[in-house]
Amino acid sequence: MNATGIARRRLMLLAPLGVAAVGGVAFWSMLDRMQEGKFDPHDIGNPMLGKHIPDFNLPGLGASQGFSSRDLIAAAQTQPVLLNFFSSWCIPCASEAAVLDELQKMGGVPIWGIAYKDAPEKTQKFLDQYGNPYARIAADASGDVFINFGLYGVPENFIIDRNGIIAWHIAGPLSDDAIEQQMLPAIAKAKA
Amino acid sequence: MIPELGNFALALACALAFAQAVIGIWGAYRRDVRLMAATPGLAIGQLIALAASAGALVWASVGNDFSVINVAENSAIAKPLLYKISGTWGNHEGSILLWGLILAICGGLVSLFGRNLPSGLRSRVLGVLGGTSAGFLLFCLTTSNPFFRTFPPPADGRGMNPLLQDPGLAFHPPILYMGYVGFAVPFAFAVAALLEGRIDAAWGRWVRPWALVSWCFLTCGIALGSWWAYYELGWGGYWFWDPVENASLMPWLTGTALVHSAIVVEKRESLKIWTVLLAIGTFSLSLSGTFLVRSGILNSVHAFANDPARGIFILALLGLVIGGSLLLFALRAPLLRSGGIFAPVSREGALVLNNILLCSICAVVIAGTMTPPFAELLLGQKISVGAPYFNLTVLPLAIPVFLAMAVGPLLPWKRGRLWPLVEHAWWAALIAALVGGVCAFGMKLLPALAFGAATWLIIGSFAEVFERTLLFRTPVANSVRRARGLPVAVLGAAIAHAGMGVTVAGIAGTSLDSNKIVEAKSGDSFFVGGYKWILLGLEDRQGPNYRARVAFIEVLKNGEPLAIMRPERRMFTLQNQTTSDVAIRTNLFRDLYAVLGDERDGKAVLRLHVNPLAPWIWLGALIMASGGALSLADRRLRVGAPSRAPKGVVPA
Repeated sequence: MNATGIARRRLMLLAPLGVAAVGGVAFWSMLDRMQEGKFDPHDIGNPMLGKHIPDFNLPGLGASQGFSSRDLIAAAQTQPVLLNFFSSWCIPCASEAAVLDELQKMGGVPIWGIAYKDAPEKTQKFLDQYGNPYARIAADASGDVFINFGLYGVPENFIIDRNGIIAWHIAGPLSDDAIEQQMLPAIAKAKA
Repeated sequence: MIPELGNFALALACALAFAQAVIGIWGAYRRDVRLMAATPGLAIGQLIALAASAGALVWASVGNDFSVINVAENSAIAKPLLYKISGTWGNHEGSILLWGLILAICGGLVSLFGRNLPSGLRSRVLGVLGGTSAGFLLFCLTTSNPFFRTFPPPADGRGMNPLLQDPGLAFHPPILYMGYVGFAVPFAFAVAALLEGRIDAAWGRWVRPWALVSWCFLTCGIALGSWWAYYELGWGGYWFWDPVENASLMPWLTGTALVHSAIVVEKRESLKIWTVLLAIGTFSLSLSGTFLVRSGILNSVHAFANDPARGIFILALLGLVIGGSLLLFALRAPLLRSGGIFAPVSREGALVLNNILLCSICAVVIAGTMTPPFAELLLGQKISVGAPYFNLTVLPLAIPVFLAMAVGPLLPWKRGRLWPLVEHAWWAALIAALVGGVCAFGMKLLPALAFGAATWLIIGSFAEVFERTLLFRTPVANSVRRARGLPVAVLGAAIAHAGMGVTVAGIAGTSLDSNKIVEAKSGDSFFVGGYKWILLGLEDRQGPNYRARVAFIEVLKNGEPLAIMRPERRMFTLQNQTTSDVAIRTNLFRDLYAVLGDERDGKAVLRLHVNPLAPWIWLGALIMASGGALSLADRRLRVGAPSRAPKGVVPA
């Protein structure tokens, strides 16, 4: 075998190490960014993030009053609003209810709720059982608003800023960590 | 007290493993006979210590010691005994301990059965195993310790994820880990060979049974996992291309290549670099698979408690093990001298093709699994890669594998011609084409193609056996006599290859399933897949740690009652979680599959499936594994080093 042949052979034998090294560096930077909260592979994302909320006008539960996109934006003028999509039939929503209750008691963020594809009396029963942290509640019986917001499922949460823009989003139930590390900084940024 | 002893035993095992690594590798380097002689004892000591440690955890779990955090978080008083035991490895910390224990068992077996190995090689192999073990035991001790206590202890534990409370899943992790971790032995042999700069046929003869045993366990482990998904999740599917499933498939693919490649080293002293790389690659993929899943990088339905800090430790460890061995490979592999020269069309050539194809499939699976996190990292884009990608990319690579694997064993070593293949396998090809052709009338192209391929695999795999026994061409007695003289490995290979055919048939059959989701009240009946299903009624039942709602469904075929099926929906009160207990009736040729969903307004949602040939998927895997196990019994494998040890050399 001549010299270039041997060099080529050595290069080929180094290739697996190269591939492993690239993979290792990529994994390391993923883990690093995960710790800083910049990278979350479990976050499903939302196509509406950074965009204006879609127009809607929804009824409330039974006889009570619902709200429209205009009401939501008007409320967001004073401070950012947390918009929570939930359902009485959704198990993660039931576990999220305690976190929302805590958040409401803490104050600072008004919570508005949209009940997705749910019978009003069942929603009411859910609220009686798990507590009602919501400033206003609307019922999205048809699921149209759910689709316009680009949701994957319930629960999902949005922060709406004073311009009616979706400043932050999380697919899935809010946790104490998510509130602490992501939502509150996002609200602070939206206020600034 | 017992948990503290467990913790101490774990620390002791870690120290012994570390000593095993240093003494094993240093002793072999210095050619110090006394040091080298000490390594087997250290390996066995490590095994005993880890067994004691695992025993202590089981003790704490069975004895409901909720002052141990791990037990409090994963167990409960009302949990059945079986799951108290299996629950010890059903969580992150305990599964790492199990992982270490199995690695120690491998080391112990090498010590016990490796007496006829050259002492330098044995010492290095045990040293590499010890080093790997020390790293992961340190990980277990520092970041994932199952023995940490809490005070005050809770009155009852939080219980186990109800989905995992299943007899099939209780033994899934040990079997799967036997597969994953077993590949540590070929890996250690590969690294030891690189350190020595020498590989010979005896090396191949040693590596192959280890690779084969691990491969059999991994095959069973994957099949068991897929079977669990089929009957426990109640989605009607059996493989979801989920990252965790893919993580087990990758080492299986390269491990399959390794098992074949090692034959060439053993018989022909060639493909040495391939074999070493496959041994390193398979264990690296096993490691990356088991551990990266836990770091939270991959988005999977199988959630372990994710912790990025743990991930950094694991990554450093993986870097050391994988990076170190691949660096050694780059530096030392050129020293490995190849023996046999062979023509492109030959048994060796076919096995090289097999290596390339299997590695390509593996690469495609890796690409699909890793694209979502990489796309997000580099481009900030959310991408999900699902079944369509995998089906589209794996299939074209699998077809040549299927074509080649049935008749590859017919090729002679060194150089061959293609004509004899046609001569010996034409009838298999003809029958396969006929089956495929007949199927094409009734069904879509792909299932018809798959049935053709399955037929080809099942009967084509036995072409070599027929050829060697001269079946139908000589009096039966002569054939029988020849069959008795047949090496067991030839039969094992034929059975394993045919098993793949059975699995392919199962997959093809299941793709032709009929299913219907219905809302039913008592007395309603439905027709699905040619069967009449009647909902007789619903009933409440109390289980040990759950409440269940049971549906009674009568199934009739042509008016004849066939079976009463009882799908359940189980409410686990402690975890506030509902699971479905699928009812399956099988006659090995089709599964009747019923799931009970929610009830609303007096009507129950039922999902009814008829899955043709579904059991064949797992039956095929079992056949593959038994083929592998059979070829372990080949006496040619037992004849280890040429002159010594006439018996008892086969590990495991």
